[in-house]
Amino acid sequence: MIPEIGNFSLILALCLALIQGIFPIAGSFRDTAKGTRWMALGRPAAAGQCLFVTIAFICLVYSFYANDFSVSYVAANSNSTLPVYYRIAATWGGHEGSLLLWVQMLVLWTLAVALFSRQLPDQTVARVLGVMGLISIGFLCFMLFTSNPFDRLLPAAVNGNDLNPLLQDFGMIIHPPLLYMGYVGFSVAFAFALAALMGGQLDAAWARWSRPWTLVAWMFLTLGIFLGSFWAYYELGWGGWWFWDAVENASFMPWLVGTALIHSLAVTEKRGSFKNWTVLLAIIAFSLSLLGTFLVRSGVLTSVHAFATDPRRGLFILFFLAIVIGGALTLYAWRAPKVGLGGKFSLFSRESMLLINNVLLLAAAGTVLLGTLYPLFLDALDLGKISVGPPYFEAVFVPLMIPVLLLLAVGPFVRWKDASLKEVLFRLRWIGLGSVIFAVIAALLIATSVMVVVGLTLAVWILLATASQLMQRLQHAPAGTSMWKRITGQPRSYWGMLVAHAGIGIFVIGVTLVKGTETANDLSMHLGDTTTISGYTFHFTDLKNIKGPNYIAAQGTFEVTQGDTKVATMKPEKRLFSVQQMPMTEAAINRGFTRDLYVSLGEKTSDNVWIVRVQHKPFVSWIWAGCLIIAFGGFLAASDRRYRIASRKKKGGASAVGDVVDVHPISEVSAS
Amino acid sequence: MKTRYKRLILIAVGLALLGIAAALVLTAFKKNLVFFFTPTQILAGEAPKGTNFRMGGMVLAGSLKRQPDGVTVSFIVTDTSKNIQVNYRGILPDLFKEGKGVVAEGKLVSPDLFVAEQVLAKHDENYMPPDAAYALKKGKEANKLIGATMDTESNQKSAK
Repeated sequence: MIPEIGNFSLILALCLALIQGIFPIAGSFRDTAKGTRWMALGRPAAAGQCLFVTIAFICLVYSFYANDFSVSYVAANSNSTLPVYYRIAATWGGHEGSLLLWVQMLVLWTLAVALFSRQLPDQTVARVLGVMGLISIGFLCFMLFTSNPFDRLLPAAVNGNDLNPLLQDFGMIIHPPLLYMGYVGFSVAFAFALAALMGGQLDAAWARWSRPWTLVAWMFLTLGIFLGSFWAYYELGWGGWWFWDAVENASFMPWLVGTALIHSLAVTEKRGSFKNWTVLLAIIAFSLSLLGTFLVRSGVLTSVHAFATDPRRGLFILFFLAIVIGGALTLYAWRAPKVGLGGKFSLFSRESMLLINNVLLLAAAGTVLLGTLYPLFLDALDLGKISVGPPYFEAVFVPLMIPVLLLLAVGPFVRWKDASLKEVLFRLRWIGLGSVIFAVIAALLIATSVMVVVGLTLAVWILLATASQLMQRLQHAPAGTSMWKRITGQPRSYWGMLVAHAGIGIFVIGVTLVKGTETANDLSMHLGDTTTISGYTFHFTDLKNIKGPNYIAAQGTFEVTQGDTKVATMKPEKRLFSVQQMPMTEAAINRGFTRDLYVSLGEKTSDNVWIVRVQHKPFVSWIWAGCLIIAFGGFLAASDRRYRIASRKKKGGASAVGDVVDVHPISEVSAS
Repeated sequence: MKTRYKRLILIAVGLALLGIAAALVLTAFKKNLVFFFTPTQILAGEAPKGTNFRMGGMVLAGSLKRQPDGVTVSFIVTDTSKNIQVNYRGILPDLFKEGKGVVAEGKLVSPDLFVAEQVLAKHDENYMPPDAAYALKKGKEANKLIGATMDTESNQKSAK
């Protein structure tokens, strides 16, 4: 009964999505009372759709909770021995449920837009909600016609096939929802972009509306990617944290373009430039999100020929992508000239710096796209099997990121519109000198490799420049203001930028030191043996069998000492999950501020003898800290007061739309 | 400077950046593409010598042997038509099993001995990595082909 309610709710949601996708947009082009009434359908339809999708989602979660193995999706992804929190997380453990989660996120974002858009002109709201309704139609149809999570299994299975043991982890509970919040969040930026194209007008006010939404989506995507990496690091058991795997690339590409987008939006808001470009980036970011969703969830990565087993899915996906991306780009080609590029700027200015940032980030996303899709194309066309591994991505990505990181520190010092190179160089002289001295010292002291020196120097350069940028800004405040006033007087978006940039610096330190100085050793250890790595001695003291809720495991105990001091007791496990008879390596990690110790059990070769991998991984925590700080920067920027001021102003009855062009013109003029 | 020139310079810089990116991509691409070969193809001499490539198929049951150090192993990969011995030092992935699919990346050190630097297991629920499945399919096709065209093949061999 419950699955049928879910199924029926999905159908109702589709009906409401049709209303939401058609009438508001159509109404927005009619200058009549009827047009206004049609536009007014947008908000209630969005709310209704959200209600029914949520009901469907709850029904599916309930089916998992209640172990309803007559639902084939539940039978394929759950088992009655699975702990209840993993049963709930198993809701998005497969293709169908992930799609439902995607739509759930979409309707939540749509509802948020419907609720927090009172200050926007009705026409814009109608178009934004309409575009989001159209996207929703596509996904709901896809689910209902090709991948319905509520399909029944007759006769019902006695028990389920269990959730893939790799997914039985806390990460599974939060990683997909956060990642999807990010993916789907770009649909808001996309919808705003299309609405602007439809109206043919795009001003600073438009950028200001769309900016906080984009920032929030970007923040979620950052967190989602971070969690995925963090999870892979401890769950896959061998200490890798980024594999340039197609699944990771699928989430990384929208992030790169999204990063370009939030910078480009800043230009559009502050200076009215880059209009066309911003719109195009919004389209690309969402297109890559769609592509990513399908790449990961359609099974095409496991085998491009997976489509052959269910050609309807593959065809639907291709058509859907073609319609969304092709349609958006056609609209862009048709209307973009009307939108125009916007304000002028000189060759050396904040705008040109951000343009370079955009081009480089987009190029980086392009290279990742090529490396990810090329093997699939070759395989699909039967031209041979190849793989593109980390060496390719590292060879391409690192050289593209070096100028990005170099300029990242410079950008905030450069004025809008027209800047003087001499002045910027003057303001950066001490930082430049400091970085060079650091590089020389680093080269002499820790000359492990050129890349380590380059990476650390870039990080120092960024951190120094960011700190100095803040100092100069604070010093520039009118005389007599207290330090506290000076600090609190800066807008949150400014803090957001500084924090995110500093986060990048910390992230770079982590990545450089892990990549450049980590050590690992695989060896065969008898109970009682010791081994030493990077000054840490691991003593294999105990071995026992333990039993978990749905697995049995061998657990080793390692006493770690450094010199004479005891550092940690580590208990890695090798688990065997009973239902799928799948072995899993559960590594033991001792985290620290400057290093992680990592022990994993490989396999048992005879009684009391295991193959063991011990690893010393310096500064891994800095990678995670960097990611969190970057995301926090996004949060700060999104919560800037002026987005809220603008909305209050509108409520107060201000009439024209574009009248709040530069709220903070003064704060944006660089301090000099 | 006139706006037009500025714009031209900006475009030129943009294009130059894109050009550099393209150049990087193409050289990196050429150097780092890793091709996949089945045991049959390797024994036929199609695989490159001296550079890394991937090979895969099924681990022959009973072929896994461990050296005294415990960490070095050797096993035989078959596509049901031809066999190749693989040596590897390191920890085998959790999903590695005799009789199951495997993909390894490494080099040939002699025409029929492959030294793997990495033994791969996809982290998804499928035991069979797609490349390994492909190798087995090709191997089985080759078997059928051999059965059907034994005569023509021996004729070709004598002709060579």
